[in-house]
Amino acid sequence: MSARLWAQLTLAQWRDQPLRTLVTLLAIAVGVMLASAVWFVNSGALAEFGQATRRLVGEADLVVRGPSRTGFDESLYPALAALPGVETASPVLELEVALAGRRGPLRVLGVDPFRAGQIQPLLFGELSGDFFGLFERDGVFLSVAAAEDLGVRPGGRFEVLVGTESRSLRVLGLLSREAYPQRLGIMDIASAQWTLGRLGALNRIDLRLAPGTAPAAFRERLARVLPAGVQAIEPAVERDRAVSVTRAYRVNLNMLALVSLLTGAFLVFSTQSLSVLRRRTGLALLRALGLTRAQLQRALFAEGLLLGALGSLLGVVAGHLGAAWLLRRIGGDLGGGQLAVTDAALAPQPLAALAFFAIGTVVASAGAWAPARDAASRPPAQALKAGDAEPSLARLRGVAPGLALLAVGAALAFLPAVGGIPVFGYLAVAALLFGGVLLVPRVTATLLARAPRTGRIALDAGLAQLRGGIGQVTVGLAAVIVSFSLMVAMAIMVFSFRESFVRWLGGVLPADVQLRVAQGSDTGYLEPDRQRALATLPGIERVEFRRLVPLLLDPALPAITVIARDFVPGSGPEVLPLVREAPVAAAQPGDARLPRAWISEAVEDLYGWRPGDARELSFAGRRQRFRIAGVFRDYGRSTGAIVVDRAEYARLSGDARATEASFWLAPGTRAAAAIAAIRARLPGAGSAELLESTQVREISLRIFDRAFLVTYALEAVAVGIGLLGVAFAASSGALARRGEFAMLRHLGMLRRQVLAMLAGEGLLTSLIGVLYGLLLGGLLSLVLVYVINRQSFNWSVELAVPGTQLAAISFALVLAAALTATLSGRAAMSGETVRAVREDW
Amino acid sequence: MDAPARAVLRIENLVKRYRPDRPPVLDGPSLELREGEYVAIMGESGVGKSTLLNLLAGLDRPDAGRIVFDDTDVGALDDDAATLLRRRHMGFVFQAFHVLPYLTVAQNVALPLQLLEVAPAEREARVGAMLGAVGLGGCGPRHPRELSGGELQRVAIARALVHRPRLLLADEPTGNLDPRTAGQVLTLLREQVRGNAGAGILITHSLAAAETADRILVLDGRRLAARATAAR
Repeated sequence: MSARLWAQLTLAQWRDQPLRTLVTLLAIAVGVMLASAVWFVNSGALAEFGQATRRLVGEADLVVRGPSRTGFDESLYPALAALPGVETASPVLELEVALAGRRGPLRVLGVDPFRAGQIQPLLFGELSGDFFGLFERDGVFLSVAAAEDLGVRPGGRFEVLVGTESRSLRVLGLLSREAYPQRLGIMDIASAQWTLGRLGALNRIDLRLAPGTAPAAFRERLARVLPAGVQAIEPAVERDRAVSVTRAYRVNLNMLALVSLLTGAFLVFSTQSLSVLRRRTGLALLRALGLTRAQLQRALFAEGLLLGALGSLLGVVAGHLGAAWLLRRIGGDLGGGQLAVTDAALAPQPLAALAFFAIGTVVASAGAWAPARDAASRPPAQALKAGDAEPSLARLRGVAPGLALLAVGAALAFLPAVGGIPVFGYLAVAALLFGGVLLVPRVTATLLARAPRTGRIALDAGLAQLRGGIGQVTVGLAAVIVSFSLMVAMAIMVFSFRESFVRWLGGVLPADVQLRVAQGSDTGYLEPDRQRALATLPGIERVEFRRLVPLLLDPALPAITVIARDFVPGSGPEVLPLVREAPVAAAQPGDARLPRAWISEAVEDLYGWRPGDARELSFAGRRQRFRIAGVFRDYGRSTGAIVVDRAEYARLSGDARATEASFWLAPGTRAAAAIAAIRARLPGAGSAELLESTQVREISLRIFDRAFLVTYALEAVAVGIGLLGVAFAASSGALARRGEFAMLRHLGMLRRQVLAMLAGEGLLTSLIGVLYGLLLGGLLSLVLVYVINRQSFNWSVELAVPGTQLAAISFALVLAAALTATLSGRAAMSGETVRAVREDW
Repeated sequence: MDAPARAVLRIENLVKRYRPDRPPVLDGPSLELREGEYVAIMGESGVGKSTLLNLLAGLDRPDAGRIVFDDTDVGALDDDAATLLRRRHMGFVFQAFHVLPYLTVAQNVALPLQLLEVAPAEREARVGAMLGAVGLGGCGPRHPRELSGGELQRVAIARALVHRPRLLLADEPTGNLDPRTAGQVLTLLREQVRGNAGAGILITHSLAAAETADRILVLDGRRLAARATAAR
């Protein structure tokens, strides 16, 4: 077939069905747009993240870090600087500094300007203003973002919190926005140590090695002289670690966006199937006129390909524009809360754009392949004969491929994650989904064969029509089953997570009032005397203090959190939400004296620690082996947490400070009064989070729901596209059956009886689709809950089914499908009924 | 001496116009059809044959004039009443058969009886008898795809007559058939109309087909004129 003839026929076909063509094109465009926008936003934010890390590390070959941000003794710095092979060593005190009266800390780097200047030459270039003021105790340079956020200008002052006391810092000047777009402050290291309460301590030393010194070999030598827990890390690992925190969330979001694209592909399948069905006589005529089978197949496939290419092009452009808008409006945070960056810009990514264009085109073409093949393989004589109005889809009727895919999917679900990404989990979902869809014709035929006759002509005729048109039913159901089953799976996963989260919150918040001193900061804490003052407040029956310290166990992985908590009666390890405990036999003779530690599931998954193991932790340069007594569930920290006795931690680290507290009130004490009393004892209480436990629960759930907003939105789009599939199938089916309706009207079937027949058909097929979707979705949810969730976030979730929610959505879907079928029928009967019986059909 | 046959259908000065700026499609034809009478209506394309059928079946309303079926003014009926009239008293045969492919032959023929809520046992008996009458005895369980064009039209005729309608409307029933099969179908139609003591209208372009009727009328839009009387 010549390109000209193909274009003529394709355009004629599109002109004939402009709305359907447009909606199918838009469905592909929406799928590609969502997938590419999520990708572009994430990559824009990640680029900014990586850039920020690079700027902070500069040209260092190795970064020496303390096991926690508490750091190590500054005497390590001259020792390292004197090592052969070290050209320059730059000491750094990197702290998240609590801001008085404000939530969220400010990152401040204490540096030796002259040393840092050698490793980060950009730094000197970017310091404009009172450079020599840097040597004053309270002088700080701020990035523009930080200054704007704090509402200060050069020469102005702002308050930071050290312990619970406020200290004032003076803004010396601004770092350029181009070089340091993040919120950041830079101080002289001695000033930082003095002002921020870290005298004699460092937590980072940047090393530039002499030419000819191999970093890897040097790192190995260095490891032997570093204090316990202190590690030498390559800058690339530093950057990757910052990015890896959000990887699972990003990948999951990308996958979810691809669901819409996948549903779009089924819509193409549905549209093309019905389109070739409607054109069967014309296509048969072309075959009769001399078009070869291969030519016809190519021509029809090319139609889908062109539709996919146009939709993908539109989608990539819209995705790019959407991503730029999102980055401007909300930074890089698509709900996870971990990728919020300021000033992230969208760099052109031609390769990624090309990849999304190709994915969209290929996926849409895949949807057009089966109908093209089906149409081409149909003998022209058969297609020309009246009454041949059923897509054969014969190849799709066997159960073996479907069952094989289900088996493959089930097997893939048992494979481990690859690089922290549940690759096999996603493949399992895809295999189960496609396997499930391939079984639709057989399952539908079996169910319909068993449906009893009702004796009511409208219902019985509808049933007979469905039994005789399994191919059309399948085509109509494919898109909705795909989108609905994925939606069901996602709904079950999110609901299970939420239910588990609510239960977990109830367990971890047993006290009446919760206090967090400057969350996420290194400088906000309660000194022991302040703790005593709080504990002895009237109306307070009992207090549990906790010290949360980030601890770097593996440079390639984000830091875990050590939670040193008071093991007082009623809030000891027995209240931890334990999922596993060490077997009694695991305690070895001689180990009885080992202090106990409880690890979160993430530590178990990421580091391979198991209950019963004896593992070493380092605090302030002192090593201590702990017996792992159990594994607890922790939805607060996906990167891992270890609970130890605070007394033991204080003994090892010399750090008796606390960052959190739980208060049990004496009977009769009002929470508000207690909170006021506690606040009065905290001079810097503005940055402290002091809430009743019920409020903490509410806030936590609000954050949880916000994090899943994007998920719900993407799901809704997928289901919307799926419903379009149903609508298309219904309207195509109704149009194809105009002659039948007309004949039935001639025979004396009332208009409402015909519509009732169509509604019944729509009801029955959508009921099958919904039930099948629920079943398949339930199966997929097992993979989401037990495989993808666990491998992505390293925490377990107990399966819970949102019965009411699913019932409501199912009901709405069935109703929508029945309504769509009826409306399509009404539209099909709106013309001259008699004329329809005169058409050859 | 036999009493004169009752009029089944009376068409009086029928007018139908689709657009006010165009001449009417039908402009005053009249016709009376009595029990047992079987007439053929011929006419060139576009003279209003289909419009006439629509109006007779109550699927459309005349702008002027009357259609009286037995004692009922068809044009005055609402959609439901017209549908029930068709269901009880009319049968249709189309050129394209319109046999539902997903039903068996027997189920197709039984459709009018189902609509009339005839009891299953009686329905089965009447369908069997009707299929026998059109020469398709034993074909009940078969599916339409297994039948030839002639056989499909026999199924359509059986379906049109199984509920013993007072009026049979056949629109080019032999248009898709070869001459021999067409002859058989036309004979069958005439016999069945007479056997049911109803009346029949055959719309056709074919003179050969028309000649199987008792009367041949030619429609030219303004009137229905007798072309010839077939001697039967």
